[in-house]
Amino acid sequence: MSSEKTVSTRGRIWFEALAGKRAKHVPSVPSVLVADTTLRKERVRFLAIVPDPDNRFFCARQGQVGLQEGWNLAKQVRDAIKADKNGEKRAIIAIVDVPSQAYGRREELLGIFLAAAAATDAYVSARLAGHPVISLLVGHAISGGFLTHGAQANRLLAFNDSGVVIHAMAKNAAARVTRRRVEELDKLAETIIPLSYKIEDYAKLGMLYKLIDGVNVDSPEPKQVDQVRADLLAAIADARSGQRDLSDRLQSQGAQKNRTATLVVRQRLAAEWHSN
Amino acid sequence: MSRPTLLGAQQFLTRKSFVELNARERAQALLDEGSYRELLGPFERLESPWLLMQGVVPQADDGSIVARGKIDGTDSVILAIEGQFQGGSIGEVSGAKIAAALDLALEDAKKGHPVQVVLLLETGGVRLQEANLGLEAIAEINSSLIALRQHLPVVGVIAGMVGCFGGMSISAALCSYLIMTRQARLGLNGPEVIEEQSGIEEFDSKDRQLIWGVTGGEQRHAAGFADYLVEDDVEAIKACIVEAFSRGIPATHRSQQVDHYLKLLAAIDVSHQLESSEVRELWSKGE
Repeated sequence: MSSEKTVSTRGRIWFEALAGKRAKHVPSVPSVLVADTTLRKERVRFLAIVPDPDNRFFCARQGQVGLQEGWNLAKQVRDAIKADKNGEKRAIIAIVDVPSQAYGRREELLGIFLAAAAATDAYVSARLAGHPVISLLVGHAISGGFLTHGAQANRLLAFNDSGVVIHAMAKNAAARVTRRRVEELDKLAETIIPLSYKIEDYAKLGMLYKLIDGVNVDSPEPKQVDQVRADLLAAIADARSGQRDLSDRLQSQGAQKNRTATLVVRQRLAAEWHSN
Repeated sequence: MSRPTLLGAQQFLTRKSFVELNARERAQALLDEGSYRELLGPFERLESPWLLMQGVVPQADDGSIVARGKIDGTDSVILAIEGQFQGGSIGEVSGAKIAAALDLALEDAKKGHPVQVVLLLETGGVRLQEANLGLEAIAEINSSLIALRQHLPVVGVIAGMVGCFGGMSISAALCSYLIMTRQARLGLNGPEVIEEQSGIEEFDSKDRQLIWGVTGGEQRHAAGFADYLVEDDVEAIKACIVEAFSRGIPATHRSQQVDHYLKLLAAIDVSHQLESSEVRELWSKGE
């Protein structure tokens, strides 16, 4: 296995800190943590993908999103949708620390793309049904891992911390594939914002609801955990009063500034769609 | 439905290859004669704002085509990715065209004006020169696709030769019906990436038989991941699209069959490396 992979504990740290002692843990596979609790008056289901050194699928042992992770996330989100079908829709909070999707032969043969689609489908279906879907980015959120677990939230929150990285591909691999040196990539990213691996640059693209400052992400103090709980509650309230699709992301200042091409495409396509 | 569509001898002699066509020609070939109308066409020069500053020559349509018209008389829109431009990769503009078209189709469907959506997928996934905006575009495509297919089926076609990889393989898996040829491949991770990340014993990216045995259209169809295996022929593919739409919205989409796939997954023996034939045998039957 590649030496780039170090096992992160951030997902579990934040899952346990936020869910707290009163949370009711829902049975699942060891790599998919699920707990139900309340934040003030809000019922919440927390979900996290964490490393499982004994994962049956060895390419998914360091916290990658693999077959079991995708399908079990789908199950847990769908169970919440079903349980709340006729009542108030609880919030679903994804704690995100995923180094990547799982890279393996079994994964491809058994359709990891469909497992990823199943989790994506579940999160989107929850959002469309009126559940506030919130993602808290505490570590890595890379590529298919992020698309499966995190990307479909109404509101994305991230710690302003160098260990929080959202990207399409891990840096070393991206440099190799685009035939650049890592230093070149960093240099380019100074002017080309979507290339950057820095979370404060990602924030400029307007997809984040909040960048959270001043938290020791690896060992948070109780006071900081309380602050994050308050941030999550604010995000839930904001999601409940917002759109159920992802269009809120396009209204942000960041999008107005740095996703102008997206906005032009949408505006002009709408005009041409309706002419004739 | 899961029977491969085979050609008769006469059809074989008169067939017109679909795979050899570029994205625009594919859209033209599928839409009824005289009905083709391209939106945001190349003369509007809506190109990527990010490529030139990285020394890459942009393309006037950014490698994705939005074409309205009729398929067998029914209002349709074809969203075709050009595999010959930057490997069919999804950038800000090419991705926004697809996501926006899906949203417009959704709006129309809600107003009672259904427009059939066909995705022609020829893509390696996120365009790395536009990294996080490509990733976001795919997230938005997936979101819009799921919202739309609650109202009317969405048909995906992977014809080849690029295939459909990366984040867009998730979009393929979200389609109500998926059509593949034997020249097409579908997977989340390409062979080189798997070899690089997990070693040559896990995946030898030079082993063509292995690659096709895992990701090829024939295998994907036999294992239940694609609904139709079709010959590389314009008329055959068009007939297949019409047939797929005629079935309406599936009772449960494949990506909703959670219990079914969890059960299949639990029964997999992980003590040895898995063979393509085992997956065909064990997973061929849908829910």
